Amino acid sequence: MLSFENVGLRYGVSPETLRDITFEIAPHSFQFLTGPSGAGKTTLMRLIIMALKPTRGIINIFGKDTERLNQEEVTATRRGIGIVFQDFRLLDHLTLYENVALPLQVQGHEESSYRAEVTELLRWVGLGERVTAPPSVLSGGEKQRAAIARALISRPKLLLADEPTGNVDPTMARRILRLFVELHKSGTAVIIATHDLTLMDQYDEARRLVLADGRLHIFE
Amino acid sequence: MLDFMRDLLAPNRPRLMIKPDSAYSIKTPLVPANSVAGRSLVMVIAIMTFLAALTAGAATLISDASIDWRGEAASEASIQLRPTKGRDIEADLESAANIAAKTRGVASVKIYSKADSEGLLSPWLGQGLDLQELPVPRMIVLKLDTKARPDLSKLGVEIVSAVPGASLDDHHIFISRLGDMARAATMISLFIFILVVIALGIAVASATRAAVATNREIVEVLHLVGATDRFIAREFRRRFFSLGLSGAVLGGGGAILFFAGIKLLSNSWRATAGGDQTEALFGDFTLSPTGYGVVLLLIACVAGLTGYLSQQIVFRHLQQLNE
Repeated sequence: MLSFENVGLRYGVSPETLRDITFEIAPHSFQFLTGPSGAGKTTLMRLIIMALKPTRGIINIFGKDTERLNQEEVTATRRGIGIVFQDFRLLDHLTLYENVALPLQVQGHEESSYRAEVTELLRWVGLGERVTAPPSVLSGGEKQRAAIARALISRPKLLLADEPTGNVDPTMARRILRLFVELHKSGTAVIIATHDLTLMDQYDEARRLVLADGRLHIFE
Repeated sequence: MLDFMRDLLAPNRPRLMIKPDSAYSIKTPLVPANSVAGRSLVMVIAIMTFLAALTAGAATLISDASIDWRGEAASEASIQLRPTKGRDIEADLESAANIAAKTRGVASVKIYSKADSEGLLSPWLGQGLDLQELPVPRMIVLKLDTKARPDLSKLGVEIVSAVPGASLDDHHIFISRLGDMARAATMISLFIFILVVIALGIAVASATRAAVATNREIVEVLHLVGATDRFIAREFRRRFFSLGLSGAVLGGGGAILFFAGIKLLSNSWRATAGGDQTEALFGDFTLSPTGYGVVLLLIACVAGLTGYLSQQIVFRHLQQLNE
């Protein structure tokens, strides 16, 4: 599904932020991506969603070499990836319904084809009474769940979550983790970037990808 | 696939009355409608369009008025008679007037009295002067049929041969100078209009760039949730076209109202000497269909320019994101 082969990344003339990164993500797999702050977790996530280009190495996503993709193909590939941003990145001028519907709206689907699905998903994540609320009035946990709903609405093959429990209390963090575990069981490959060891200890079956000093260490 | 989520995330949350799904729909534009930058852009566009429409309107007013001036001057000719010793000037005037009146294409003939002729000199010589001793030339004004103009060169030869000291002026020098002046005035207005349009373009580009910059986060989010570059650029073009149109309609409409206001004022001035002079120079300040056409074209161009610029700016930003 996803593979990195000797990938390196440097910004300008500085030393490489990521060095010789090599790993594979299998379909229906679950992994934590961890490491100290500043180790490059978010940078690695940005490489996966093609928001950054590597300075060397090969990245294959869904069987395609990202270096060879034109802009339309990059967009099409990106549509198979759901992303939960660390800072949520909800659009404040849109309602919660409109935020969650965004990935389907930009793909040009008719609203009538996804209206029920969006409202149902919002109810599923416990935001059924906040459908028309703007993100600015939501708590951190509610924003987190809205961001998760937006990442899931287009039924991605791969879900990336960057510090998804960083803004919620431990109880909500446990619930969100269970949500990701259930998603994984239903067939979605999941990568969660976190430095929360307690969170990782709650799901021993997950693979651990540890970033340190720009290199990746894998613990199966 | 997602049946487990509700209980996982909010197991004991009290349920409120939930509206049916059909009650929800996408109503908000993806690019915010009422941001501060958007309002500033509308104001900048409105002011610049107002100024550009004023100069365009002024150019068409002057151009239209100059056509009237030239038309009026071309529909008249005059015979001038200088007093000559030993000749009866009143009899000469009658002879010249008779020759002119018999000429085909001369609609009417009017002999200016001595007092009328002296009155014509008062703007240069002042009031209250005794002109009895001065050899003041006398005038005959000929109204010409504009549809079947007379052969003025032939008429001139006839009058000069029949009445010594007479000359025919067909106003061609005056018309030519008037034409030059009108062309110069129109060109100056056009030049100012072009300068204002250039300033308008720069101001719109700058304000659009600022407004797009405030929406950079939206561009990035749309980009990352799977929107194509074309989709994002189209959303911005549509939104900024609408902002540009609002500003341009405000400015262009304001300019049309301004001209309507000036026309009302000119009606109240009409009875005064200054009002008559102004009306003689600029007409009654009624914008011609061409004037309205130019303002409407300006509104359409400004709206289109704003949409186009926003699209190009967003495309450039997306290119940077893609690199």
